[in-house]
Amino acid sequence: MAIYNKINERKAPSNTKGPTVWIRENLFSTPLNVALTILGIMVLFWVIPPFVKWAYINANFAGTTREDCTSGGACWVFIRMKIDMFMYGFYPSELRWRINTVYGLFFVLMAAFKYLKSPLLKVALAHVYFIVGFLLVHGGFFGIEMVPTDKWGGLMLTIMVAAVGIVCAFPIGVLLALGRASHLPIIKSISVTYIEFIRGVPLITILFMSSIILPLFFPEGVTFDKLLRALIGIAMFEAAYIAENIRGGLQSIPKGQFEAADAIGLSYWQKMFLVILPQALKVAIPNLLSVAISLFQDTTLVLIIGLFDLLAMVRLSAADSYWLGYETEGYVFVTFIFWFFCYSMSTFSQKLEKRFNTNLR
Amino acid sequence: MLALLRNQKIRGIFFQLLTVIGLVAFLWYIGSNTVANIEQRGIQTGFGFLDGTAGFGIDQSPIAYTEENTHGRVFVVGLLNTLIIAFVGILCATIVGLLIGVLRLSNNWLIARLAKAYIDFFRNIPLLLQILFWYNVVLRAMPNPKQSFNFFDIFFINNRGLYFPLPEYNATFFTILASVIGAFVASIVLNTWANRRKLATGKDFMVFPFAIGMFILFPILAYFIGGSHLNFSYPELMGFNFKGGKTLSPEFLALTFALTIYTATFIAEAVRSGIEAVSHGQKEAAISLGFSPYQALKLVVLPQAIRIAIPPIINQYLNLIKNSSLATAVGYPEIVTVFAGTSLNQVGQAIEIISMTMLVYLIISLIVSAILNWFNHKMKIQER
Repeated sequence: MAIYNKINERKAPSNTKGPTVWIRENLFSTPLNVALTILGIMVLFWVIPPFVKWAYINANFAGTTREDCTSGGACWVFIRMKIDMFMYGFYPSELRWRINTVYGLFFVLMAAFKYLKSPLLKVALAHVYFIVGFLLVHGGFFGIEMVPTDKWGGLMLTIMVAAVGIVCAFPIGVLLALGRASHLPIIKSISVTYIEFIRGVPLITILFMSSIILPLFFPEGVTFDKLLRALIGIAMFEAAYIAENIRGGLQSIPKGQFEAADAIGLSYWQKMFLVILPQALKVAIPNLLSVAISLFQDTTLVLIIGLFDLLAMVRLSAADSYWLGYETEGYVFVTFIFWFFCYSMSTFSQKLEKRFNTNLR
Repeated sequence: MLALLRNQKIRGIFFQLLTVIGLVAFLWYIGSNTVANIEQRGIQTGFGFLDGTAGFGIDQSPIAYTEENTHGRVFVVGLLNTLIIAFVGILCATIVGLLIGVLRLSNNWLIARLAKAYIDFFRNIPLLLQILFWYNVVLRAMPNPKQSFNFFDIFFINNRGLYFPLPEYNATFFTILASVIGAFVASIVLNTWANRRKLATGKDFMVFPFAIGMFILFPILAYFIGGSHLNFSYPELMGFNFKGGKTLSPEFLALTFALTIYTATFIAEAVRSGIEAVSHGQKEAAISLGFSPYQALKLVVLPQAIRIAIPPIINQYLNLIKNSSLATAVGYPEIVTVFAGTSLNQVGQAIEIISMTMLVYLIISLIVSAILNWFNHKMKIQER
């Protein structure tokens, strides 16, 4: 019988785990890495403490006048005094509850979407929401006071332009994508021409076209609101981008799906709307969300044709002779708002992408 | 009749005919209204306005331009300025984008996080907001010329722009320029020769030190050969403003900064996804064949990553060119600002002017997509 000597168990090597090892491997593994880490820390020190000092420690929050900003940091009083203009533009203050109601109804709509099963009902409800929303914001019916569109502005206008742009562009985009994927040569070439033309020119030229040339296209007496003209331009522009992304989704659908739908005798529209598009849209959703993000960013361009969106409102307020010199605060504030909206959307789209990816496996 | 309607071919023709009729009717409606409106408002038509005197000045023009020049010349000046901003923007955005993209994949945790923060931050802020921020908050808030920031008496920054010296265009300057081009060509020739020799004999040749040597030695020799008269024109404060040297206007700088920073985030993402798209097994296989990590990156991973990353990067170049039209918000005199802006206001012929502007961008887009198609074709995997 062999004799085994018991060897004492060895401790786990100390240099493979723990925070010090992590720091050594991730921050100081090579001389180059050491240099990069030092550089990174320098960048952080150079950016963060001055900003925090300016925006928080030395900042002025209380007060109502320019004279209350004494400590040398940011003057958030300016934002506080102008916040109504940033949010609602020149919308009459006693009627702002109407806009807030529309915001509130959006959450009701989202909650309803969660519990409703039928897609048709969802679409119908969304339509009702848009009509009610428009009637509430615009007014001019049942004795509700009308607010002309040149009073609209601020974040409310930004959100409205982005939302209406997407909603109107979407059906056109679907039709264009189907047209581009079609076998009918004339329909295909019309779709391709439209999509490539729009994608080849900057949005600003389309906005110029819709605001200057569009009135010439219609008979004398037919006038379009400035906002409506901008919306037409934006919807035309965005439809082409939506079409391209849906086309990407359509291309990812295996040929067998088309053949199977044909084999069971579905018509073209039944085939597309019941079989192909539900699958294609699902693939396209993450990309469509990035279209939505870029549309949200592009809404700022309406200030060039004279609408007062959030950015234009901030520019206008900063030019107020009483508050002169506080435009930095204004720009930091809009930057934060835009960043917050876009970053939330892009995080959401990345999440969706991951979820859909696992479904495909 | 019913059977005819059920025939797929006939139905296809029928629907297309219907579409064409609808489209033609729509265009005819628009066209006749436009003609009537133009007549009623007394707007001129045709391209005769291009020969009319513009009557307004443009403060930055790469070619000679005065107020007496025509609208046609305004168009050319605007186009050239668009091309300048596009070229500078693409160059800077590529450099910054590649750098951030590589840092994003760094082993260094802190650096990778900082690069990601940069991308997540600037990508989610509208470009127009960034342009206005740089212009209004940073560059226009600089001190006036008398108190400008002074870097070694050579560079000056103030609220009228960035001033830097420019060499005088004499014989020495052109000799040095030629020598730099010569060094560049010689390096390429040397590299080709070294590669060919390596394939034939397996012998290595260190091209890099030789190339660096040529880039240093050639200009020095050229300086003496060309007569050693390299004079610089320095910016100097004369009265209320600087004279001499070269000026980059705040409009140009704001636009360049914003376009560079914004587009670089997209280029960095393209670089990252290109490198990450190369399957990990490729790198492992290369290393198990005895490649060093650097060789594996250079010879195995990068050639595959480039094929994936270049098409989105070229698309970003196109976006940058189109986005340069936002210059109109700060007044940099490119085509949308001076031609579709000032000229349009003076002449009032919106249809002609907007169409010409759109055509310029369309042609640029077509050229860029032709390049993209050529690249895709060239890079297509050759299956045997």
